[in-house]
Amino acid sequence: MSPAADVKTLIINGTDISARADQTILEAATEHDIRIPTLCHLGGLSDVGACRLCLVEVKGSNRLLPACVTKVAEGMEVTTETERLAKYRRMILGLLFAERNHVCSICVANGACQLQSLAESQGMTHVEFPYRFPSLSMDATHERFAIDHNRCILCTRCVRVCSEIEGAHTWDVRGRGVQSLIISDLNQPWGTSETCTSCGKCVQVCPTGALFDKGKVGSKVRKNPDFLPYLNMMREGRS
Amino acid sequence: MSPEELQQIADEVREAREKSARQIHVCVAAGCLSLHSDKLKDALEKEAAAAGTPCQVKGTGCMGLCSAGPLVAVEPDGLLYQHVGAQDAGELIRGLGGEPLRDHVCSREQPFFKRQVNVVLENSGRIDPEKIEDYIAADGYQALLRVLTEMKPVDVIHEIALSGLRGRGGAGYPTGLKWETVAKAGTGSKYVICNADEGDPGAFMDRSVLESDPQRVLEGMIIGAYAVGANHGYIYVRAEYPLAVKRLGTSLREARRMGFLGSNICGTTFSFDIELRLGAGAFVCGEETALIASIEGRRGAPRPRPPYPAQSGLWDLPTLINNVETFANVPPIVRNGGAWYSKMGTAKSKGTKVFALTGKVKNTGLIEVPIGMTLREIIFDIGGGVPDGRKFKAVQTGGPSGGCIPEQFLDVPVDYDSLVQLGSIMGSGGMIVMDDTSCMVNVARYFMEFCMTESCGKCIPCRAGTAQMYELLTRISQGVGTHRDLDLLVELCDMVKFTSLCGLGQSAPNPALSTLKYFKDEYLEHIELQRCPAGVCEIGTAAEVAP
Repeated sequence: MSPAADVKTLIINGTDISARADQTILEAATEHDIRIPTLCHLGGLSDVGACRLCLVEVKGSNRLLPACVTKVAEGMEVTTETERLAKYRRMILGLLFAERNHVCSICVANGACQLQSLAESQGMTHVEFPYRFPSLSMDATHERFAIDHNRCILCTRCVRVCSEIEGAHTWDVRGRGVQSLIISDLNQPWGTSETCTSCGKCVQVCPTGALFDKGKVGSKVRKNPDFLPYLNMMREGRS
Repeated sequence: MSPEELQQIADEVREAREKSARQIHVCVAAGCLSLHSDKLKDALEKEAAAAGTPCQVKGTGCMGLCSAGPLVAVEPDGLLYQHVGAQDAGELIRGLGGEPLRDHVCSREQPFFKRQVNVVLENSGRIDPEKIEDYIAADGYQALLRVLTEMKPVDVIHEIALSGLRGRGGAGYPTGLKWETVAKAGTGSKYVICNADEGDPGAFMDRSVLESDPQRVLEGMIIGAYAVGANHGYIYVRAEYPLAVKRLGTSLREARRMGFLGSNICGTTFSFDIELRLGAGAFVCGEETALIASIEGRRGAPRPRPPYPAQSGLWDLPTLINNVETFANVPPIVRNGGAWYSKMGTAKSKGTKVFALTGKVKNTGLIEVPIGMTLREIIFDIGGGVPDGRKFKAVQTGGPSGGCIPEQFLDVPVDYDSLVQLGSIMGSGGMIVMDDTSCMVNVARYFMEFCMTESCGKCIPCRAGTAQMYELLTRISQGVGTHRDLDLLVELCDMVKFTSLCGLGQSAPNPALSTLKYFKDEYLEHIELQRCPAGVCEIGTAAEVAP
């Protein structure tokens, strides 16, 4: 930190903390071991504020603010855990489970899935919404990887890592609303993609079993997205 | 272009007008055009030429009373004719000077016209929207010349702030404050965007302004650009408005030809030009950050704010983004002064507002009234009440983001804040009147389906929440809903409203919430008695009774 760094002091959950002015509430909280649930956020990728799990209450604001994109401010009073937030988070997770065909017991990511572990940590005991059971396809045309849209939660981490880190921009989103779908190239089979470099970054950053390595489908195969911040640091010439 | 040259153009138009004894105005905006008013105009021109009658036949914009179209006005007699067809052209031309087409006379003394105050629509139905000279003869571009030659940018912003004008797109943000923010956002490149992506079902205010008086919007934008220091502008207009797109294209060429757009406008150091961008049919692109993404060539999805476009908008540069009607208000405000404008309206909402009055009401069409007029005056005086002796039930304002207002609140003055208190919004100006043949569960379901299919899919509450709410409303409307479904619907409404990323999701529950508030007995009748009081819902059509 340079001597001229702009430091803000704020309160999160009653604890006084300090943070750099360019930090988000999420970054400041994480540095102080305050856990805010996230799903679309991933260190090293740009933030889109889409999953709404990291919404927090800020005193003086009648809106709930996404911690991943809200910058800290002097004197800010943030509360990350309230009954209301807990309820909303459980409902959001419930909506995700009911949206597509999430069946943990037969999933390649069972035991290593972020959606599953969030449901556990947020105290979700059941899904209160009727499952929508959409009829979705799977694309296993790539020689090493496959995408199962039934397990996709549209967090767009794969889209962002492919565009921002690998620079290939193979993935994108088609359609809108519940009809949205992750596609490779211009909705061509993944195996025929001319832009895909087969780097596998998308598989590593996918929080569920939607993107997986065909050779590693056994239970508890952990994904490893931790290479991202390291990669970014090396590229920026820091060490 | 100097004030003298402007005056000369205006004089030439007036001279040409005086050469012919009479002017016949035929509405050629989308409403009357759908009833073949273009053929009527051709027939009138042919008949006039054949008879050698000294009259000028002119295609004009919307005259407001769309339900009586095609409309024809004869000036300077001040006569208005309704439901005129091409077959009536001969009689009209032959009878000029007398009182032809007695069966078609449409009184200009009726409350529909008398109760309106036209600021934005002052030229609608009076000028040819494709001729810039006509607009100039109606005092057009005087405001711009005054701004460029006599006023500093801060003076312009001061005048707009003084007028109390608030954003007409629906949110009602003070326009002067927005302009000031963009003006103060550095000295580098900036952009001006006109949001013409009007998407609410039943709303056609912006379309009508663009079809009837497009130069007014351009003049407003140029003044805005001068005030905030921008040199480049975009009009984002939906492709579903082909006539508006065509007339905007013509207007831009005409304005460039006259030197109101381009380099060194009117001989000053100020340069500004405007490009058209066509929307591809996504409702969410009316949301400003999604609109900006779309202009940039990216997927039309909103992003979290802040930063607001005023600080970081198009290509991360400060961007002034206003709605069509907001810009259309600017020239008269500059011409007559902000103080003049602020005399109209209520304490917190100044000026006039254009509404698209539709549904179960006698006079459907486009109206402009001072803000603060009551719903009863708008629907029963101007609108002429509910036809066929049916009973008024509710008025839906603000489209899919608004709500249904029942009879007991008809005497509430319409402004930004009063309608929010009733669980609706003034919105961009759609006003759908419903009688006792409308089922409120079905209305809520319709708007929820709209939000579900128009959700961009980025944030979970809006994407999956609207789909669940739609399913619940469908179950209730089919008579298989339960009290548990109703509770879940209320919980979802609350969650989606407070957790969604952009305005679409945050306001998507409003139609359901407002009908639940004022018409809960209808929901209960569907659930408990499997009966639709209005006889709209198809009870018992559920494919299977879900648990």
